[in-house]
Amino acid sequence: MNKITQKELKVSAIENGTVIDHIPSDKVFQVIRILGLDKMLNQITFGMNLESKKLGKKGIIKVSNTYFEKDEIRKISIAAPHATLIIIKNFEVIEKKKIDLPDEFEGIVKCFNPKCITNHQKVMQHFKVMDKENLVLQCHYCEKFTKKENIEFL
Amino acid sequence: MKNKSLISIHDLSKEEIYEILDLAEKFEQKPKQRILRDYIVATLFFEPSTRTRLSFESAANQLGARIIGFSDASNSSVQKGESLKDTIMTVSLYSDIIVMRHPIEGSARLASEVSDVPIINAGDGANQHPTQCLLDLYSIRKTQGTLDNLNIALVGDLKYGRTVHSLVEAMCKFNATFHLVSPDILKLPSSVKQHIKDAHLKYEQYTDLEDVTDKVDILYMTRIQRERFSEPMEYERVKNAYILHNNMLDNSKPNLRVLHPMPRVNEINEDVDCNPKAYYFQQALNGVYVRQALLSNMLGVEPENK
Repeated sequence: MNKITQKELKVSAIENGTVIDHIPSDKVFQVIRILGLDKMLNQITFGMNLESKKLGKKGIIKVSNTYFEKDEIRKISIAAPHATLIIIKNFEVIEKKKIDLPDEFEGIVKCFNPKCITNHQKVMQHFKVMDKENLVLQCHYCEKFTKKENIEFL
Repeated sequence: MKNKSLISIHDLSKEEIYEILDLAEKFEQKPKQRILRDYIVATLFFEPSTRTRLSFESAANQLGARIIGFSDASNSSVQKGESLKDTIMTVSLYSDIIVMRHPIEGSARLASEVSDVPIINAGDGANQHPTQCLLDLYSIRKTQGTLDNLNIALVGDLKYGRTVHSLVEAMCKFNATFHLVSPDILKLPSSVKQHIKDAHLKYEQYTDLEDVTDKVDILYMTRIQRERFSEPMEYERVKNAYILHNNMLDNSKPNLRVLHPMPRVNEINEDVDCNPKAYYFQQALNGVYVRQALLSNMLGVEPENK
C-alpha cells in the first residue's frame, strides 16, 4: 500500500485517474473551472481547507479516468504553481510529479493590457514568466506585465 | 542587424547601439548617397505622424530608395477589415523593408513574426518607439562627446511618455544619473524605476524644474499630453507646470543641451530657441541620419564613405 491510502483519507481514493494535490484552498474552484471539470461526466471529488504540512491549508481534486495533457498541466501550473500531480492506476501511484511554471508559454491567459494586439486581433497570447514566486507575466507582444491578481484565464 | 527587425530598444545590445550611432555619423557627413536605389521602402502609418514619417521618408529618399505606403489607415484595406497579419504579409511581398506605426501595442512584434522582410517599429501605441530612442542617444553622444557617466534631467510627463521610459532604460546601460522632474501625478512608473535600481544607478525626484537646471548635462523636456487625462481638471492643473524660459539657463553648465522629442506646445518658451544650448531642432534632424543608418544597416548595404 502506498502512503496516500495509508493515511486517513478525507477525500476518497480513486481506482484510475489523476489527483491534483497541494492546491491553495482558494484556487480549487479556479482549477476546476480552467480544466473544464465542471462540465466533465467522470467522477470527481474534491476537498478544501484540508490540513497540510506545506501549505497550512490545502485543496485537492481527484478526477477518475482522466490523465491530463501538457496544455492542461500548464494551466494548472499557472493557477496553482506548487501543486503536485499524482497519476493513479489500479489504486497505485504510478507517478508523482511537482508541476513547475514554464519560463515561457503561449495561450492560457489573457494579457491584462486592453491595448495589447492580442486583445484586438486573432493572435495567440505569448508570455514570459518574469517572477515565478509572485507570478508576474510579461507579454511578448506589448511588453506589459500581467500580475497574479490580474490573471484572467481564457 | 541585417534582416533583423527593430521592434524594441531592449532588442539592442550596447554594441549594436554604438554600431548604429557610428553609422549615423557617416550619413551626417554625407547624407545624400544613392546606395538604396534598388530598394523599396514601405511606410505603413496606421495612425498619423508628421515628424517620424517625414524623417523616414526623407532618409529613404536621400539614399535613393523608392517609397510606397500610406499615411492614414482610412485609405487602406484596414478599413475593409483586413487583419494586420494579412496587410503585413502582402506588403512584405511588395517591399524590401517595412516601417510601421500602429496604435495597438505589440503590433510591430506581431508584424515582425509574419513578415519576410525586416520591420522597423516607428511606434506601437504607448509601447515602443526605438528609432526615437536611438536619435536621442545620438544627440546626447554628439553634444556631450560620450554616453557614459552623464547627469540627465527628464522633465514633464514621466508617467505616460514612452520616449522617457525608453531613454531611461537605454541610459541605464551607460551609468547615467537621473534627475526626474514631474508633478506628483505624473511620476516615473515604478516598473521603469526598477531598471535604474537594478543597474545600481542614482536617481532623484523633483517637482521644481529650477532645482535641476544648473546641475545637469542634458535637459530632456517633454510635452504633457492632454489625451492622457480622463479628467480635464487634472490636465488644467499640471499643463503649465514646467515652462522653460531662456533666463532659467543663465547658470547652467556650459555643456548643457536642451532636448525635446517634439512636438512642443508651450513647455519650451520660444526665447530659448536662439540659445546655443537649444538642441531640439538639430535633434529632429539627427533622426534622419539615424534612420538612414537603420535602413542601410538592416538592408545590408554599406555607406560609400565607410
